[in-house]
Amino acid sequence: MVEAQKYKPSMQLSDESRVLPSGEREFMLDVSTADLEVNMGPQHPATHGVMRVLLRTDGELVTGAQPHLGYLHRCAEKIGENVEWLQYLPYTDRYDYLSAMNNNLGYSLAVEGLMTGLEIPRRATLIRTICAELNRVASHLIAYGTYGLDIGAFTPFFYAFREREWIQALFEKICGARLTYSYIRIGGVFNDTPPGWLQEVGHFCDVFEDKWREYYDLLVENHIFVKRTADIGVISAEMALDFGLTGPMLRGSGVDFDLRRDMPYMAYGEISDAGAFDIPLGRGEKGTLGDCWDRFYVRVAEMMESIKIVRWCLDAIEPGPVLGDVPKVIKVPAGEGYVGIENPRGELGHYVASSGGKVALRCRVRGPSFTNLAVLEDLMPGTLLADSVAIIGSTDIVVGETDR
Amino acid sequence: MEQRPFLDFLETLGPPAWVPEWALWLTAAGLGVGLITTIISLIALFSIWLERKVSGHIQCRYGPMYAGGWHGWAQTIADGVKLMMKEDMIPTGADKPLFVIAPAIVLSSIFGAMVALPLSYGFYFAQMDLGIFMILALGSTTTIGVVMAGWASNSKWSLYGAMREAAQVVAYEIPLGLALLVPLMALGTFSLLDASHAQAGFFGMNWAIFQNPAVLPAFVIFWVAALAETKRAPFDLPEAESELVAGFLTEYSGIRWSFFFLEEYAAMFLMSVVAAVFFFGGFESPLTWAAREAFGSNTHIVVQLVCFGTIVIKGFIGVFLMMWLRWTLPRIRIDQVMTMGYKYLTPLALACVLVAAIWEAILSLF
Repeated sequence: MVEAQKYKPSMQLSDESRVLPSGEREFMLDVSTADLEVNMGPQHPATHGVMRVLLRTDGELVTGAQPHLGYLHRCAEKIGENVEWLQYLPYTDRYDYLSAMNNNLGYSLAVEGLMTGLEIPRRATLIRTICAELNRVASHLIAYGTYGLDIGAFTPFFYAFREREWIQALFEKICGARLTYSYIRIGGVFNDTPPGWLQEVGHFCDVFEDKWREYYDLLVENHIFVKRTADIGVISAEMALDFGLTGPMLRGSGVDFDLRRDMPYMAYGEISDAGAFDIPLGRGEKGTLGDCWDRFYVRVAEMMESIKIVRWCLDAIEPGPVLGDVPKVIKVPAGEGYVGIENPRGELGHYVASSGGKVALRCRVRGPSFTNLAVLEDLMPGTLLADSVAIIGSTDIVVGETDR
Repeated sequence: MEQRPFLDFLETLGPPAWVPEWALWLTAAGLGVGLITTIISLIALFSIWLERKVSGHIQCRYGPMYAGGWHGWAQTIADGVKLMMKEDMIPTGADKPLFVIAPAIVLSSIFGAMVALPLSYGFYFAQMDLGIFMILALGSTTTIGVVMAGWASNSKWSLYGAMREAAQVVAYEIPLGLALLVPLMALGTFSLLDASHAQAGFFGMNWAIFQNPAVLPAFVIFWVAALAETKRAPFDLPEAESELVAGFLTEYSGIRWSFFFLEEYAAMFLMSVVAAVFFFGGFESPLTWAAREAFGSNTHIVVQLVCFGTIVIKGFIGVFLMMWLRWTLPRIRIDQVMTMGYKYLTPLALACVLVAAIWEAILSLF
């Protein structure tokens, strides 16, 4: 049984109590205060899942922070070495459960890289792009909503869910699942789009452009919100590169790097050459470059860019097959390869190695949340408790991915 | 003049001569307490339901729709029953007496402040010449209960909540009191009942806000401070669920938790009514004016009912405004609350007091 802690400052006679020349005894009370160690998590509303941050606080001031991981560890990578290539696909859904399409895509691309001679049909590539970008919008909507919750605004969360619900309904029509899709698979996509689906996506894009303005006015430009996030948790470009941050965390610090443009995969090179989308960067508009507001702004701005990409794909898409020539039981030729894709949270890398069999020899994942999380320890000391919540929120981690 | 509305009422019934006077006093007190508790509880229950509907409609949803039938009107009652049925939990290591007393202090101080609240010209619990002092004093007493709850819970998150409450209380109580001075000067009274009288005029629109140019800015300051006083967003720092789990409420559950909840809504109504009485005409409205013109006196039952309806509606307009703000704005950080209270609101309130005083001095010359 743990003895209950009592928060009483220790009051005792100090060693410095001494006898004054007049003969009087001078008493000095030694009133000492200690830093408060407090567990933020694993069950805490601001840790976005089951992460634990061990905080040392001096009053409201955070003097130390140490993230602890592993509460959601499910041995995903080890499972990847024990199940068949295609069977592993549903496990990829579960590491970053907010962007399952992108996870499917990353794994599929990595495996396809080893399968020489496999042609991915054009239609499949474009459907993949549409799904990945819609999923990015859905994921950033969660980031937008939950960041509002962290700062104390409830309503944006429900607004964000209104549109996210629509995206989920679209995904449900295409693959039957709302969160864990397993739709993008090795060789293409699982099946063709249902009739009218592409038109509905176009309609969604039209509506979303209106709603996006609403989000922007409601939270991004909100005076209290700006006061809470500007100049908080500043990551300089140098620091961001040192920590290996990727995605909006990196671009929020003003580093112009996006895998979709700089190491293009699928149709992104083509789309980028056509100038169909921009890469939003943090500009230090409201405070210092690389603060929480910049990171948040990059996410919100990226939603619109994703919509532009979806529109480009909708224009370019033509009827055709959606699944390449893959056998029922996939055997991957011996070799190894790494493919990194731009997940909503940063670079999601898959390293797969094959010995030519039905099962992977090695299957390793580089999760963006895990890498981005590392910066917390340096960022949080010296901020107030409320700021530390803002900082955790601005990293936009998904604990399923940090632990895998 | 001593005002004893309930005792007078009992005496009009003509009690038998053998009933001792202290028994009459006790009955009168019981009657008063019972009535005030019932009215305020009903108002708080309605406010909770209103909050759910308001937040629901702001957030593109309906809120409760099933319990009781019509738009989930019985949802709060159902929740109240659930909370009463819950296990009474006191965490290990908690300071038991303080833990138990804290919700009682919070609730009783707010209900006590309600005593100074007149419900119409002839229906009040106590006619106090310094009624607004009583309300402010008892309103700040809730802070003691909150700090007590935070300390006694033996939880670090609760302690943070209590610290925040103790820190922010000073920052907003000063501008709150100073801002109230402005209408007090314009109306020339501390009594809530007299404040209403002072705002009676043609068409019932001689409100304090139209009597002195400094009253409107003073109202804005008062309203911001009142939001902090009631621990409502954007000043809900002691609770701050995304930062402190639930702040001082973290370890509370069941009926004790519901006491804090009830207190919050009662305090919202109290602050709104204070705003209505000192800034927006009290019982006075065109309808009150028309009723008084038609029935001749303030004591006529119809006029009393109109007065009661006016003050309740004005109060709920204030409550609705608080809810609207809560579901729109993000939360402010603790240092920003302090900065706002000390550096902006207090000097502004002092400036308002100065302007109001000069204005009144000039008016008194004519």
